[in-house]
Amino acid sequence: MLEKINIQKTCIIEGHQIVVDDKLVWSGAEVLPFSDFAKEAFLQLKIDYPKFYKMDALSKLAFLAAEYILQGEDTDELALVLANKSASLDTDIKHQKSIQDADHFYPRPATFVYTLANICAGEIGIRHGLQTENAFFVAEEFPKETIYSYVDYLLKSGKAKRVLCGWVEYFQEEYRALLYIF
Amino acid sequence: MVFEPVYIHDKNCVTPLGFDYLSNWNGLLRGISSIARNDIGRGEFIPVSKFTLEQARRLLTPAEDSTLLERMLFTAAKPIAEKHVPTARTALVLGTTKGNVSFLKERRTADARLPVLARKMAKALDFRTEPIIVSQACVSGLLALSVAKRLIQSGQYDDAVVLAGDVVSEFVVSGFQAFQAMSLDPCRPYDKDRAGLSLGEAAACIYVSKVPGEFKILGEAAISDANHISGPSRTGEGLVQSVLRAGKEANIDIKDIDFISAHGTATQYNDEMEAIAFNRLGLQDVPLHSLKGYFGHTLGTAGLLETIIGLMSLQFGTLIPTVGFETLGVSQPLNIIQRMSRIPNEARSRLLKTASGFGGANAAMIIEKTTAARTG
Repeated sequence: MLEKINIQKTCIIEGHQIVVDDKLVWSGAEVLPFSDFAKEAFLQLKIDYPKFYKMDALSKLAFLAAEYILQGEDTDELALVLANKSASLDTDIKHQKSIQDADHFYPRPATFVYTLANICAGEIGIRHGLQTENAFFVAEEFPKETIYSYVDYLLKSGKAKRVLCGWVEYFQEEYRALLYIF
Repeated sequence: MVFEPVYIHDKNCVTPLGFDYLSNWNGLLRGISSIARNDIGRGEFIPVSKFTLEQARRLLTPAEDSTLLERMLFTAAKPIAEKHVPTARTALVLGTTKGNVSFLKERRTADARLPVLARKMAKALDFRTEPIIVSQACVSGLLALSVAKRLIQSGQYDDAVVLAGDVVSEFVVSGFQAFQAMSLDPCRPYDKDRAGLSLGEAAACIYVSKVPGEFKILGEAAISDANHISGPSRTGEGLVQSVLRAGKEANIDIKDIDFISAHGTATQYNDEMEAIAFNRLGLQDVPLHSLKGYFGHTLGTAGLLETIIGLMSLQFGTLIPTVGFETLGVSQPLNIIQRMSRIPNEARSRLLKTASGFGGANAAMIIEKTTAARTG
């Protein structure tokens, strides 16, 4: 069974701060809404990836955490196992608003596609070319035992060489990302 | 490292075709489709597979104020959980895309959350462990079965009840309409006149453990396309890799399977992608069907529901035709099952089940009928 000691690298994004392996790498002004913080943190990366601006908040959060943790990392056979509490509820509410009123009915494909929790994992996969094992779990709190057990299986079975896993939660400005590489 | 195999022992499903697996099977044998025109809000009648009000009333009810989805899930799972009473080492793995999302219409945000649904089901079915939720678009149900297998093999659980469910809601219908992915007529998988998918609602349930039983999971994998969030890879790469890796774990030649229960949503892109993938795999001659023409696309349930029907095909040695299909409309050859037929070699027959979904998700599983299987 995996333990904390098997963690090779971590990235935490919360309170408008990005911390990689206990080192603060980016800090945004606390008064900013998440979207502005995310944009600043993205620009700091100096990468050309216009798709970022089309993403919903959950995908932006997951994308940023993955970007910061995967800098300089080998992504060969790197599986992706993510979990959160709210699934895609933040964007679900946006889609619901667009269909709530029959007289102002304007569902948008660009919003609807983000009403699935695993899309944020899809965005990370596209960015880093991860044609690998992928799973998205939803739980009230980080299901540590299940995730560790699942990651342990992926590594021992040879279905992955390494695993990027963790928590990516976003709901109405409340957010937290905590990614690990095993 | 090689793990102990995991077996499928019991199964059940609840759809507008029938309230248990046998009545669903009998419906399929008679060629009945449950897709019919329904009003899904805004007075628009579109072809979907949906429970009638009368049918919904006959579903079992876990609590007084239960939603349709909760009643479907409970009806599917109750006989399984009664037969295999959950212990402190029994997992409940729930696969769903949208759960009770319709609560958002009444601004009941907290009730729309997936963990709330999962805990309600765990409580109603007397589970002693915290439920596990898999939400991986239209691959959810099949991946939930893989997750259960994997967590048993890694030693976290002894056995598991895998449950999947999704309903046809205005939320989902409006989204697929915005994508122009919905057919105006009942869907026609792989057909040259296919014009999109038909949605459906269903719940499905499977019990798995390490104890040898009727069906053995030989191998499985869930590999992403890493290509596009709302369209499948044009080369079918994720599906190809999923099948290859499932075959590698199964330690068999992937051509050594008796039939494929494919995803076959009847959208242009999905069916074409599958045709390309199966040809790349050399599986174009293996009998293949899509069940979407009977049940509609039941989203997170689809992979698990269609696995159950596949198991019954193994059990009874009977292949179910692809309703809605007439003339091949994909660029590569496929051996689409068009008539009810027998599996040639019934002993140790094998099924390949695949699913694909938004986010570039794919899943594949190879299941074998064991010699311990009951004969039909």
